[in-house]
Amino acid sequence: MNGFVSRGFSRRRQTPEELADRLPPGQYAEAGFPVLTAGPTPDVGTDAWSFRVDGMVGEERAWSWEEFHQLPFETVPCDIHCVTKWSKLGTSFGGVSVDTLLDQAEPLGAYAMAFSYGGYTANLPIEDLTDGKAWVVTEHEGEPLPREHGGPARLLVPHLYFWKSAKWVAGLRVMDHDEPGFWESNGYHNYGDPWKEQRYWTD
Amino acid sequence: MDRLASQAPLTPVEQRAPGRWQVGTVTSIKQETPRVKSFRIQLPMWMPHLPGQHYDVRLTAPDGYRAERSYSVASSPLDEGEIELTIDLLADGEVSPYFHEVVVQGDQVEVRGPFASYFVWRGEAPVLLVGGGSGVVPLMAMLRHRRRTMPELEMRLVYSIRSAEDVIYADELGDDAVLTFTREPPDGWTGHTGRIDGSLIADADPDFGVAFICGSNGFVESASELMMQAGVAPERIRTERFGPTG
Repeated sequence: MNGFVSRGFSRRRQTPEELADRLPPGQYAEAGFPVLTAGPTPDVGTDAWSFRVDGMVGEERAWSWEEFHQLPFETVPCDIHCVTKWSKLGTSFGGVSVDTLLDQAEPLGAYAMAFSYGGYTANLPIEDLTDGKAWVVTEHEGEPLPREHGGPARLLVPHLYFWKSAKWVAGLRVMDHDEPGFWESNGYHNYGDPWKEQRYWTD
Repeated sequence: MDRLASQAPLTPVEQRAPGRWQVGTVTSIKQETPRVKSFRIQLPMWMPHLPGQHYDVRLTAPDGYRAERSYSVASSPLDEGEIELTIDLLADGEVSPYFHEVVVQGDQVEVRGPFASYFVWRGEAPVLLVGGGSGVVPLMAMLRHRRRTMPELEMRLVYSIRSAEDVIYADELGDDAVLTFTREPPDGWTGHTGRIDGSLIADADPDFGVAFICGSNGFVESASELMMQAGVAPERIRTERFGPTG
């Protein structure tokens, strides 16, 4: 379809130049923080919340809300990109690096399935979760993460489309093979690199 | 090798797969409400969708600038060769104003789809559809398809709109639809008014197997909350929330 031009179309939305470079193809900058969820919003209290690393690991580990907050806490400035075309540039989250969590469990496989309260799942290669690329976050822009955005805690993997950043995250299951998660089984790309516009299966 | 070489060259055929961009032709436009229009688009590589699926639309300016958005299909997959996209005009949007203000019958638009397979109806019954505003669009694909394939199958629509002029598909809503007007009901209206509540859902269908809820985040939250309070397991509730789709 090279060369197709939409009759009478011109740019309406002005994105400042310094931000334009941070927008992957097909995305537009959105000031708000839209909510997209495939089902009702789970209500997970911090008393009941825990985060576990299990599956193919040297040692299964689990942290209660209190134990989790003893771990080194980082503020993560980032851009996020939703597959439904909006990007939120220059936002920030606060939480614990996945490196810290995985180090204590010794992963033995190359893949992981993030699993959530409410049953949601998302698959990721371990290498996309390590070396400072992923966090389990409990704050957004300095405030407790709102429930509709995955509070009390969600995964944050800003370099992939945001469905990989599982809301209401309950843990990571380490596996020796890759398996599609929820959206990956329902038409969305298995890996989801926004810069390659890997939105759907055939991308 | 000789045998192969002697055959006539194969004619390349464009692959009918979801995901390939294709240039469709707008065959008709219907003004549904002051802010909503439906566009029938004929597709050279049409393939049947599941009711509830969406297409991506891509606009390209002469300077190469592009804008993409997703829109739910409103038509039944029995409408072979074409799809209907119903588009709500968002004033500060980029794609919806183009469709509303520029696109005329005969124009070409670049689309790809159909996509996503969770918020789709595959024949489950009984089904309760709950739509707020233009959230009714993917639900209409389900309702239309059910009417044409299994009219006896139980499927009810609960549809929340602000006022009479905001009703999309007004001429198609029959006994299988229950409306509620949140701001201004039509003159002489004796049905439901106000936000969706438990009695409205009970009136429509207390024994549904699966519910599809589509609308703004606030609308979806309150409708799904109501259902869960009534004891419906969250697994039976599928939701689709608008992102900003301007």
